[in-house]
Amino acid sequence: MTDAAILSVENLTIRFGAVTAVDGVSLSVAPGERVALLGHNGAGKSTLFKTVLGFLKPAGGHLTIAGATPGSDVARRAVSYLPEQVVFPKALTGAEVLTHFARLKGVAPKAALPLLETVGIADAAKRAVGTYSKGMRQRLGLAQALIGTPRLLLLDEPTSGLDPVSRREFYAVLEASARAGTAVLLSSHSLSEIENRIDRIAILAKGRLRAEGSLADLSRRAGLPIRIRVEAAEGRVEALHARLGGERVNGRSVVVTCRADEKVGALARLAELGPDVADIDIALPDLDDVYRHYSGVTAQGAIQ
Amino acid sequence: MIGLDRMTAVAATEFRLAFRNRWVLLSTLAFTLFALALAFLGSGPSGALKADALTLTAASLSTLTVYLVPLMALLVSYDSIAGEIERGTLALVLATPLKRGELVLAKFCGHLAVLALAIAIGYGIAGAVIAGAHGADDAGLLAWARLLSTAVLLGAVFIALGMALSGLPRQTGTAAALAIGAWLVLVVLYDLALLGAVIVDQGGAFTKTVFPALVLANPGDAFRLYNLALIESNAPIAGLDGLAHTLPFPVSSALLVLVLWLAASLAVAWALTRRIRP
Repeated sequence: MTDAAILSVENLTIRFGAVTAVDGVSLSVAPGERVALLGHNGAGKSTLFKTVLGFLKPAGGHLTIAGATPGSDVARRAVSYLPEQVVFPKALTGAEVLTHFARLKGVAPKAALPLLETVGIADAAKRAVGTYSKGMRQRLGLAQALIGTPRLLLLDEPTSGLDPVSRREFYAVLEASARAGTAVLLSSHSLSEIENRIDRIAILAKGRLRAEGSLADLSRRAGLPIRIRVEAAEGRVEALHARLGGERVNGRSVVVTCRADEKVGALARLAELGPDVADIDIALPDLDDVYRHYSGVTAQGAIQ
Repeated sequence: MIGLDRMTAVAATEFRLAFRNRWVLLSTLAFTLFALALAFLGSGPSGALKADALTLTAASLSTLTVYLVPLMALLVSYDSIAGEIERGTLALVLATPLKRGELVLAKFCGHLAVLALAIAIGYGIAGAVIAGAHGADDAGLLAWARLLSTAVLLGAVFIALGMALSGLPRQTGTAAALAIGAWLVLVVLYDLALLGAVIVDQGGAFTKTVFPALVLANPGDAFRLYNLALIESNAPIAGLDGLAHTLPFPVSSALLVLVLWLAASLAVAWALTRRIRP
């Protein structure tokens, strides 16, 4: 499998002086696959990207793009990059920016210009970038990254600051390129945003790879507890707490947790408490809980 | 060669940007106005002098050029690297097949084309106006052509220098401060320090041996000495420029100094750009 991978990272370690920014990370991305790299600011996502681009030298481990060393001619032709913060010259038009990058990549500008249509800013092709909205600039950045049908797309938090509609269109474009065989590696800090839009997720925290797999896999493996919040009847909170255990919150409620397969049994027991219970509220673990679980941040109020 | 096409793209974009943000217009205007002001408000050429108006103005304009051209050159190039880091475009550009050496050289060419155009138009218009008003002989035209082409060379030196300084910091603000500092030291303070040393030395060993070499080592002074030394006239020249006719080196060594500065600055710019982590 790794032979076919466009990006192959093995046991990669990157240091800045005494600080280890990336610590023994292994990851591979195959053609047509969309992989999201998740992590907080400073988790090592951008550092990993810069190493893939050949800007940083690894302190240990191995990294190849299409079988070549990062920064080599072969690797540079295979990769396209969209940084999180990019400000194109305001005085140039969108078409001029695209023409510029097409020539840098050795692609005929005529073949690149239709990409403005692909990302939905063909109407603004002849307008100065200075007049573009944030979303339009990001679309131009994506068009730039799509020039020459790259084998690997590296997108550093590509959708931050985009409205939901732009975001959906952004992922639609990515899906189309993945279907055409491009491997996509993007970073994000929100798991809920990439739900159903990504094939595989890798969670980075403090430079280490904490988890990797499909979203369904990850949530099942996390085995996160269900939280049941039981509101006591007037003056019965002490009694309720004594019988249920768990944690008291707000002076009137008790929170207990249970595994997914214990849910029904737990509810049955609660029902037996009769008049002591005023109300019951069940919270299933959401994607952000899954993410917090793997990135090492404990969800607030979790018991055990 | 694909590398050449990439470099043309970079140079062409730099050139286009300089046009769009009115840089070409402003610098051309500055060069034209200063040259014309010197010609008509300055010495006021008259029949009393042997030299014609063009030669005289070339002599005085060479002094002004030492201040103006380096300033313009530094202004066009100071943010060429630091600015791209700040805007995030350097990472984008260096992720493409474009090599760092190609980037430095292509940006240099783009900036130089802009400056050369401004100098050529500005001094060209001024020269034509002066020739039209006072007439011109071969010596005058030659002096003017020499001034124009060496001004471009001087500009090339300071563009390369600005790019080298631009490769040091990551912020354009710092790059701007470095560029202004370089201009002050090389164009203003250097000459003042040398004059001070000559006065203190009172015609001793320093004045006779080290001083001429130190004057020639400065790109601005080398440019001025080259132009003044080749102007055959009794036009009044003063200060450091007195060296022009008593220089203990061949005149062409001044051109060599400029070329060496250019090569060294480009090499430093390239070396600094190589170690940048965008």
